[in-house]
Amino acid sequence: MRRLLISLTYVVITLLLIVPLFKILTGAWADGPGPFIDALKRPQSLHALMMTGIIVVVVTVVNTLFGVMLALYLVRAPWLGPKVKRLLNSLVDLPFAVSPVIGGLMIVLLLGPGTVMGALFEGIGVKIVYAMPGMILATLFVTFPIMVREVMPVLQEIGAQQEEAASTLGAYSWYTFWKVTWPSIRWGVIYGVVLTVARSLGEFGAVLVVSGNIMNKTQTATTLVYQDVENFNVVAANGIALVLAVFSVGLLLLMEWAKKRKEVH
Amino acid sequence: MHIKVQDLNKSFGDFHAVRNVSFEVEKGKLIGLLGPSGGGKTSILRMLAGLETPTSGDIIFHGQRVNDLPPQERGIGFVFQNYALFKHMTVYDNVAFGLKVKKQSKEQIRERVMYLVELTGLKGFEHRYPHQLSGGQRQRVAFARALAPEPQLLLLDEPFAAIDAKIRTELRTWLKDMIESVGITSIFVTHDQEEAIEVADEIMIINKGRLEQKGSPWAIYKNPETPFVAGFIGESTIIDDVAVLKGFQDAAGNGTRALIRPEYIEIGKPGEIKLASATMPAVVKHLHFRGSEWMVELLIGDTKLITYRSLEKEVLQPGEQVSVLVHRAYMFNDSVSWIMENPLKVDPMPIHI
Amino acid sequence: MNALFRGKGWSFGFRTAIMLYFFCLIVLPIIGIYTQSLSLGWQPFWESVSDSIAWKAVLLTVKLAAIATLINIVIGTMIGWVLIRYQFPGRRLLNSLIDLPFALPTAVGGLLILLLLGPGSLVGGLADRAGFQIVFHEPAIVVAMVFVTFPFVIRGLQPLLEEMDQSEEEASYTLGASKFRTFVSVIFPTMLPGILSGAMLAFSRGLAEFGAVVLIAGNIPGKTLVASVFIFGEIESNNPQGAAAVSVILLTLSFLILWTVNKLQGRRSGH
Repeated sequence: MRRLLISLTYVVITLLLIVPLFKILTGAWADGPGPFIDALKRPQSLHALMMTGIIVVVVTVVNTLFGVMLALYLVRAPWLGPKVKRLLNSLVDLPFAVSPVIGGLMIVLLLGPGTVMGALFEGIGVKIVYAMPGMILATLFVTFPIMVREVMPVLQEIGAQQEEAASTLGAYSWYTFWKVTWPSIRWGVIYGVVLTVARSLGEFGAVLVVSGNIMNKTQTATTLVYQDVENFNVVAANGIALVLAVFSVGLLLLMEWAKKRKEVH
Repeated sequence: MHIKVQDLNKSFGDFHAVRNVSFEVEKGKLIGLLGPSGGGKTSILRMLAGLETPTSGDIIFHGQRVNDLPPQERGIGFVFQNYALFKHMTVYDNVAFGLKVKKQSKEQIRERVMYLVELTGLKGFEHRYPHQLSGGQRQRVAFARALAPEPQLLLLDEPFAAIDAKIRTELRTWLKDMIESVGITSIFVTHDQEEAIEVADEIMIINKGRLEQKGSPWAIYKNPETPFVAGFIGESTIIDDVAVLKGFQDAAGNGTRALIRPEYIEIGKPGEIKLASATMPAVVKHLHFRGSEWMVELLIGDTKLITYRSLEKEVLQPGEQVSVLVHRAYMFNDSVSWIMENPLKVDPMPIHI
Repeated sequence: MNALFRGKGWSFGFRTAIMLYFFCLIVLPIIGIYTQSLSLGWQPFWESVSDSIAWKAVLLTVKLAAIATLINIVIGTMIGWVLIRYQFPGRRLLNSLIDLPFALPTAVGGLLILLLLGPGSLVGGLADRAGFQIVFHEPAIVVAMVFVTFPFVIRGLQPLLEEMDQSEEEASYTLGASKFRTFVSVIFPTMLPGILSGAMLAFSRGLAEFGAVVLIAGNIPGKTLVASVFIFGEIESNNPQGAAAVSVILLTLSFLILWTVNKLQGRRSGH
């Protein structure tokens, strides 16, 4: 029985996960390395990869900062009543329940060129929808809960006592945070960073809607893959996908490594 | 059930947890496995249950070798240290579990479960879940559950370790009464001497995987067979320099040491003790109030002794000179051990009239 | 805790900034979409919602997500069990691989399915000859959903299985229950809350999935058009109100599921 189950497990995981990974590798190389490199060297590929890179960096930095702070407030702040905390806590999870397309739609509806806010911003020369800011906003929305959800349980588990001890010993907030709180949540935050990077790298639906997928202007790596597939340019799509997949597998390894360190504490 | 264990051994990798343990347990007896933590007692219990397999040796229930029988077929009841109640089942379902496995009828099950529920004082709690019960209540459910399928042997692994001290004493008495009224052969593991002495008919002292001694609590106390047993039961002082003790000088030499129980020592103010010639002088070093008596630390020269003094007698002061009479001591060296009465206790100059 | 928040000026600024961020990023947009969908009034809202294509899309999505979730429950329970209870070579590697769908972009996932099961591939060719199609039809959508939601059930039940007290199992054996009986009566009930919450998260995610599905679905209205792609279509055809109306339905459904999961998990930690 045991052996049967183990073999079945191997079969399922191989079919579902390993074979596809393998296929991307071979698919990109299908016509040889030449077309693969050409596909990557296209100006739109480089531009798309750059856009993805910028979004990933900005979104990760912003959501890490805000996420950690919000987690701290939701777990420790005395100025938020318990009912408010519980309400906010359930609100945090909302982006997880929202389909990415709907996420993009929301931003278009609120900040699109036809709306009040949108017009305002465009007046000062800042385009949001169909431009970088909108794409960043969409990705911020989608990845928002990740860091909060990683840090909150850790904070709850370690309890406030160490921080209280620090205050009785004369330490103020920043010092306490850096010397006492941070070392305990550090690995949780790192794991959260890796997850956020992975998610923002892979974000597709929301960005597709908000950006308008304008080649060389507002295209990301994932939306370029979509476009290539729609244009039956499978090898090119495969090439970009391979780059993304390589990053993802690397991120996966980082994820598992950080997960281990997180639990050892 | 009559139990016989022969040359039982258990190794976990390099660690030899149980060494050549052999014993017999008569039907209906309540046996305590007592010893320090890590000594192998729980391993022995688990091997009896079939939850671990012996590395070598035989386990025989009623003349039949059961080494190869799984726990399901041994007819035992097991009470775990942390209760191991089925968290998602009510008290009723927990207790009924073993009976359902036996496919008894609903009426039979109901009758037996309600009987046990009343017996263990849990009436009214049948529909509660484990997380709604106190520690003591959970332990009683574990007990009822183990007894429900009418096992021949009851095994308990440190049943009171996780319970508050106050409730522990109540539960102890309750358990002993319960086991006696049900009449089932039982073996329980504990590291608490008091518990073993109070509850068990017979105690087996296990240390470092070996069975040091088996006997009634009184027998073990009076005639310890090994130095470990002698030191384990009660509180004693070990004296390396035997010659210091008046009356025991002849026993000195050969690396012989003396183990003296507090109860063997008599203190008196000068003149209080009748056999004055057998006493030696000592100084009171410290006094500690222990609630029901005084604990007295004495110094004889450089040697420290501990004893107890009744609250009825006159209170001693630190630094006070007293006389000490050592009635007997447990002497031991590498080869032999014996209990020695103080030879000076016989009046050397009897006056015959 | 006061220890972290001394220094009035700083903390007030921080607080407002972060609360504002939270509010504007999360709360506002969601309120926005609800109001926008009704902005033209109830009538247009109902019209968009009761549009048969819209309804068919929603129903199709629910049906396919449910199938994918069921598949995930079965294989997820098996795999979660194997990875926790058995020791065998490659266990740790397999365990780490489980998270791959979380790390991989959904569009890449869709491409993979296209390549592996599409008309040009081995499996695709075989299926063609057997008379049924995968890619551009419902089976492909189910495969995409299973792929994307694969880790949820597994990761949901693993902690419960790990935390479980081994002595509960041993107690069951001493009471005479066989290994199978013990699994059914003792172990499975302990895993169940994890399986359920994992399944609900998987279902919720399946409903929402866009990237993997849009590439392989064929997107034929009424046949293989799922809700998220339908909404996308409405946006592209400049019908944001219509898109918003159906979004609202999908959203409400997802929120309900989220709320149920929270309750389930809350009950567990209340124990």
